[in-house]
Amino acid sequence: MKLTSLFAGLFLASAAVAETPVLTVYTYDSFISDWGPGPMVETAFEATCGCDLQMIGAGDGAALLSRLRLEGTRTEADIVLGLDTNLTAAAAETGLFSPMSLSANYAVPGGWSDRYFAPFDWGYFAFVHNTQLTAPTNFRSLAASDLKIVIQDPRSSTPGLGLLLWIKAAYGDEAGDIWADLSDNIVTVTAGWSEAYGMFLEGEADLVLSYTTSPAYHLIAEEDSSKTFALFDEGHYMQIEVAGKLATTDQNALADQFLQFMLSDEFQSIIPTTNWMFPAVTPKMGLPDGFPQALSAEQSLILSPQEAAAQRSAALEEWQNALAR
Amino acid sequence: MLRIVLGGVVLIALLIFSLGTALVVGLHGRGLAALNGADWSAVKFTLWQASLSAFLSIAMAIPVARALARQVFPGRQALITLLGAPFILPVIVGVLGLLAVFGRAGWISAALQWAGFAKLSIYGAPGVILAHVFFNLPLVTRLLLQAWAAIPAERFRVAESLGAAPWAYFRLIEWPMLRATVPGAFLLVFLLCLTSFVVALAVGGGPRGTTIELAIYQAFRLDFDLGKAASLALVQFTICGVVSLLAFLVPLPQTDGLGLDRVVQRLDGPQHRFADGLWISAAGAFLVLPLGAVLMRGLRHMLELPPQILAASVTSLTIAFASTALCLAMALSLSLAFARRGSLARSLAEASGILGLASSPLVVGTGLFVLIFPYAQPMTFALPITASVNAMMALPFALRVLMPAVQEAYGDYLHLRLSLGMGRWIWMIRILGPRLRRPIGFSAGLAAALSMGDLGVIALFADPDLQTLPLMLYRLMGAYRMDQAAATAVVLVVQSLLLFWMFDRGGRGHAAFG
Repeated sequence: MKLTSLFAGLFLASAAVAETPVLTVYTYDSFISDWGPGPMVETAFEATCGCDLQMIGAGDGAALLSRLRLEGTRTEADIVLGLDTNLTAAAAETGLFSPMSLSANYAVPGGWSDRYFAPFDWGYFAFVHNTQLTAPTNFRSLAASDLKIVIQDPRSSTPGLGLLLWIKAAYGDEAGDIWADLSDNIVTVTAGWSEAYGMFLEGEADLVLSYTTSPAYHLIAEEDSSKTFALFDEGHYMQIEVAGKLATTDQNALADQFLQFMLSDEFQSIIPTTNWMFPAVTPKMGLPDGFPQALSAEQSLILSPQEAAAQRSAALEEWQNALAR
Repeated sequence: MLRIVLGGVVLIALLIFSLGTALVVGLHGRGLAALNGADWSAVKFTLWQASLSAFLSIAMAIPVARALARQVFPGRQALITLLGAPFILPVIVGVLGLLAVFGRAGWISAALQWAGFAKLSIYGAPGVILAHVFFNLPLVTRLLLQAWAAIPAERFRVAESLGAAPWAYFRLIEWPMLRATVPGAFLLVFLLCLTSFVVALAVGGGPRGTTIELAIYQAFRLDFDLGKAASLALVQFTICGVVSLLAFLVPLPQTDGLGLDRVVQRLDGPQHRFADGLWISAAGAFLVLPLGAVLMRGLRHMLELPPQILAASVTSLTIAFASTALCLAMALSLSLAFARRGSLARSLAEASGILGLASSPLVVGTGLFVLIFPYAQPMTFALPITASVNAMMALPFALRVLMPAVQEAYGDYLHLRLSLGMGRWIWMIRILGPRLRRPIGFSAGLAAALSMGDLGVIALFADPDLQTLPLMLYRLMGAYRMDQAAATAVVLVVQSLLLFWMFDRGGRGHAAFG
């Protein structure tokens, strides 16, 4: 008797689960980690959607795109969240994404319009240093100084690729010379952001390639005001992180609902102190105290997705040649 | 018969996991792609750094292992256990520990500056080699120590009673053992360095430090050129194959005369006390100081550990136990099936066993992903896949330890079994069991510790609710929480060492030395 009711209970429970629609979101690993925005986003969305939001992590943005290409049209993903504009040209080319018409009052410098993707946050690459350092004001003065920097490899790291395109966007054909001049400042090139940032914190270098928002983490989460970033007069290269809807989704309405939610105040106000990036739509409460100012549109450098895709290989070769010495 | 079938099944599974996954990745792309100049220079750099690192690790491990084998001192066992630590450190933690000592802001630089000299800079080739020796010297030392402890006590007694000079000790007792052990140990370190790229890059100083594994990464991430990734993986396997053959073709000396399983007592210890003391202190300092830096850094933040540490520990332990069991089962099947075959069959079996170490985790993970995805969500298999891949990575170590032990047990005692008409079970329990206990314990310890420390393929199959200690450590670092990551590293090191110690101790039984 008891066994029968147990089975009945199990059956009912699984039936109830089966009725709840599941929305599958692929994103990068640090988004879903316990210290990222994932857990709060999940709670907030599930409170209103009557659905089960499943967020699946896959490395970083580039790994995410590789994963999607492996899965092709058989993917279970309804939404992909976490590609940046250096990847969107390749992502759109796969034909896996569905066009969308989403509009919002974007705070992204230079505005936003794209057929397939909508931004959820953005940031600037910058060299972070301790406040007592007299910081360089551009790449030339950095190269002329004997300051030491740690950077990331563009082949394995998103910020590394960002720096490559930053110098390309700022210096064009002279980028190779800048790299050659910088080579004696570079202590080392790491595989990922964590190694580089960890080495910087241990004092191995004077500056590290990171984001303008990195000092805000130390200030807000650790009440440590000893870090700041070097403002470069060439401007700072932007990273805009976007989400897109898969054409193969079987949860079209729910996916649209999620994208709307992504631009809502609730989602956007989670971003600054969990993802440590600028929210794509400034929340009503504004940015938290200690967060840096956004730069002007003129100071915000970015290559269009097509340019970024077109210039990458040549820029990478230039970089390798300049640093191979 | 059963032994052969089991051994064969394991071999096929290994080939599927290693070569099979590479081919699957290649076929999923547009077939294998040709390598360009940059790829070949990555191949060259990889060969160079792996050979040099392996050579130096061995060259330094021989005197250290010998010193540890013949000296008795308080804390010896603790030091030997601690020797296992660098090997299981997540590379990022190990590198930061090394830099705390040898870096530009490290202790040595600080001392040099204080004394008016320039800072130490290890970036570039010296850094790559320093780091690889740091990670691998302890492993080789342990492997050699294991071999030293396996020399029957009687040989030393005879040598002692004949008044053998140190040179005769070396030539007659130790050299045959080294000749049998060193090629295999070289191979293992060579392969470990072959697929490493985080270390080579972080302290290599720039794109000159490009290894094959990094080229694979690039092919995947930037170009999504699966054919290129598969070709590079096959180059790695080819290198592995050639080097394995060279290592295994070194003829093994015949065992001459068996021992009575007495505890080895070295009476020649005192005369070497000074030189041995130097080697032990130098190696001890080289290994323990960076480790101490890691522990000190983490211990200060133990109270800030996030609550997820418990679940992560349980997950890591579960995977470690599963992969240890699997690794032992595979190693024993292969050893029992092939140890008594001709040397060619044995070498081939061991070479297949070793392929796991030459596999790129990225290629294996992707290959498995491509294989599983049409039928199921790969994420649901995150645990068994991680355990299997970890077992495969640890297999070469277990084989290196078990294969000779099985071979020796058969070589020394099979005639006894035949002449006494001993039954299968008595043979297993009375003769084979006790003789394999120590190598089994040691390889189980290695497999468990390796599995604990490896980030492995779980990162590719990550389930948000399932994280291992290394994955948690990387996630904490990725979220700026370097202090909590350092504390997590302490938990990881302590747990791995305990696990290693437990298995190894279990294997040693009541023996006083080893």
